[in-house]
Amino acid sequence: MKKLLLGDEAIAQGAIDAGLSGVYAYPGTPSTEITEYIQQNPVARERGLHSRWCTNEKTAMEAALGMSYMGKRAMVCMKHVGLNVCADPFVNSAMTGVNGGVVVVVADDPSMHSSQDEQDSRFYGKFAMLPMFEPSSQQEAYEMISDAFEYSESQCLPVLFRVTTRMAHSRAEVEVKIKSKAENALNYSALASNWVLLPVNARRRNDKVVAQQEQLEEDASLSCYNTYERLGGQNRVEGASPLGILASGIAYNYVMENLRTSKGVGVPVLKITQYPLPKTMVRRLLNDCERVLVVEEGQPFIEEQLRGVAESKMVLGRLTGELPRTGELTPDSVRCALAALGVQFAESPHGLQDATIARAAEVVAPRPPQLCQGCGHRDVYTALNEVLKEFENPRVFGDIGCYTLGFLPPYRAIHSCVDMGASITMAKGAADAGQWPAVAVIGDSTFTHSGMTGLLDAVNENADITVIISDNLTTAMTGGQDSAGTNKFEAICRGLGVAPEHLHVVVPLPKNMEEITRTIREEINYHGVSVIIPRRECIQTFKRRGKSYKQ
Amino acid sequence: MKSDIILCGVGGQGILSIATIIGEAAMAEGLYIKQAEVHGMSQRGGDVQSTLRLSSEPICSDLVPRGAADVIISMEPMEALRYLPYLREDGWIITSSVPFVNIPNYPEMAAVEAAFAGVRHVVHFDIEQMAKEHAIPRSANMILLGAAQPVLGLSSEQLDAAVRRVFGRKGEAVVEANIKALALGRAVHPEH
Repeated sequence: MKKLLLGDEAIAQGAIDAGLSGVYAYPGTPSTEITEYIQQNPVARERGLHSRWCTNEKTAMEAALGMSYMGKRAMVCMKHVGLNVCADPFVNSAMTGVNGGVVVVVADDPSMHSSQDEQDSRFYGKFAMLPMFEPSSQQEAYEMISDAFEYSESQCLPVLFRVTTRMAHSRAEVEVKIKSKAENALNYSALASNWVLLPVNARRRNDKVVAQQEQLEEDASLSCYNTYERLGGQNRVEGASPLGILASGIAYNYVMENLRTSKGVGVPVLKITQYPLPKTMVRRLLNDCERVLVVEEGQPFIEEQLRGVAESKMVLGRLTGELPRTGELTPDSVRCALAALGVQFAESPHGLQDATIARAAEVVAPRPPQLCQGCGHRDVYTALNEVLKEFENPRVFGDIGCYTLGFLPPYRAIHSCVDMGASITMAKGAADAGQWPAVAVIGDSTFTHSGMTGLLDAVNENADITVIISDNLTTAMTGGQDSAGTNKFEAICRGLGVAPEHLHVVVPLPKNMEEITRTIREEINYHGVSVIIPRRECIQTFKRRGKSYKQ
Repeated sequence: MKSDIILCGVGGQGILSIATIIGEAAMAEGLYIKQAEVHGMSQRGGDVQSTLRLSSEPICSDLVPRGAADVIISMEPMEALRYLPYLREDGWIITSSVPFVNIPNYPEMAAVEAAFAGVRHVVHFDIEQMAKEHAIPRSANMILLGAAQPVLGLSSEQLDAAVRRVFGRKGEAVVEANIKALALGRAVHPEH
């Protein structure tokens, strides 16, 4: 049966069909749709697969390990920076190993379409000594998920499954199975001697995992997803080639898009979609070619490894300038690199005249994203800006979410945004340094993700900070997923020790501006921890609910 | 058959519903499809685009190369200009003529129109006015899709059938409004 699926959806469907028992995730672009698909899938619902959102990526990874401990298959999904949050359980999951299969899907975001950096998760996989899969198409993503679970169980290790934005958020037709595999039964075979990471056990496991690396590499060299063939051109010749290509994951598509119309002799292409990098295959490519162009999405992960194997002048790519050092690859950047290395093309795109394009470019103005009309964050920033005008050097520490857009005009309201939860802890550090007023602005979902522990630090030292938890009752930036702390924020803050008289809830609407500004002013003037919770539903989820009522 | 399409507009204007209909029609024809979408931050009132590639042969790249797009379908005139580097020399622009002004430095409309001058095939018209006049105010994006149909490589019957399947669960009135919208748009195209 064929379905038109996003890469994310192909992964989700593949996992369900592979006998998944639970998906554990925190929303993050471009990974969110995997979990959403499972939440809505009829088979998943009928089976009662776990698919509720987790508080953060760390709780997600640990819950998945628990499910694996009991013998069942679990998947963890996150965006690349989420892997930083769950790095501790992720890296140590190689030490415990798994019982039921564990697949950790990480969606990287080269070019930072919706992220604060473009880190490449493959470095984490290598660092943790785990096998990695990186599909080149939606169909492969669907099929490889099932193989990843099998492989995870056969090697007793989690598998890191890496995709990038264009794979996650691009649709293609995918041939799917009619019937989903049954879930694993509960079993009790997980050994405490593997799972209790006391040094005495961990040393033994570490030796085992190190010894396993050779096998993992051997398996990668035999994987049906890693292929080596001469592609493109009209003539097939054997023997040395002036140019060879190593392409991984989705980058392979950009190479093929161009080689489709290349002239002359075919080019040896090594396609890598399963890691560790199989050195036997790489050596073969290096032996067959005078120079090798490495085409990979993300950072020069393979390219650096190749430079350790071959003479550096042989290895070309992002580090040598043939391809851009940063940002997402495109069919155009790959074509440019191939052309510069002597590949000739039978046909080339015939675009508009340069003058026409230049004239249009002069007219087109940038259109950055902005807070929605009617959004409660707008009223929060209006009030905050009005109050802070009264102070000499106010500083506002922002956080990750829609409200980060408060940096842009017309508000220009925040002075920092680093990672989930950093608003509260940075405000505290600034207050420790002597800053006043030090204000933190954090969303509801970000607060439960990583803000609560920081607030406890602040309470324990009675730091002179004002925390605004802008609560819109949802995880809005990623499209309106459930937020873990909804209806619990006052109780959480009180439980962490915030004084009840310095804990306020307001409704961010223009008509309440007097009350909101007065509250903010009073709490800034209180020299201790205060929390103000402006609470009004996200305008997007509100509209959507309105629509579903009408239908 | 091969058709490379760029859909663009401003977040919230409904370009993904256009993509859904084209994708549905192409699937039913057994064509290969690649459709890259934009999710996340830029959906908040920023510029958004989606590329759609249809072909009777397998498709490699999810992205359309520069100078290769057969048509740009835009819900907003300035946004159409943003993607000109991707248009083929003999490609088409099918765009709404109504500016969506949510930035302080939106260009003069005269400058926007002048920039279309170097493009051979441009269809621009007020899709929202047309939708209002025909009492189908929520189907402006389907009017635009109708105007692009003659250059998409898909027949009007195929698009109509896709609308029936996609909007079917919303009731006959919604289906009819959108099929009417496709026909109205189609009549605007000079080669209909």
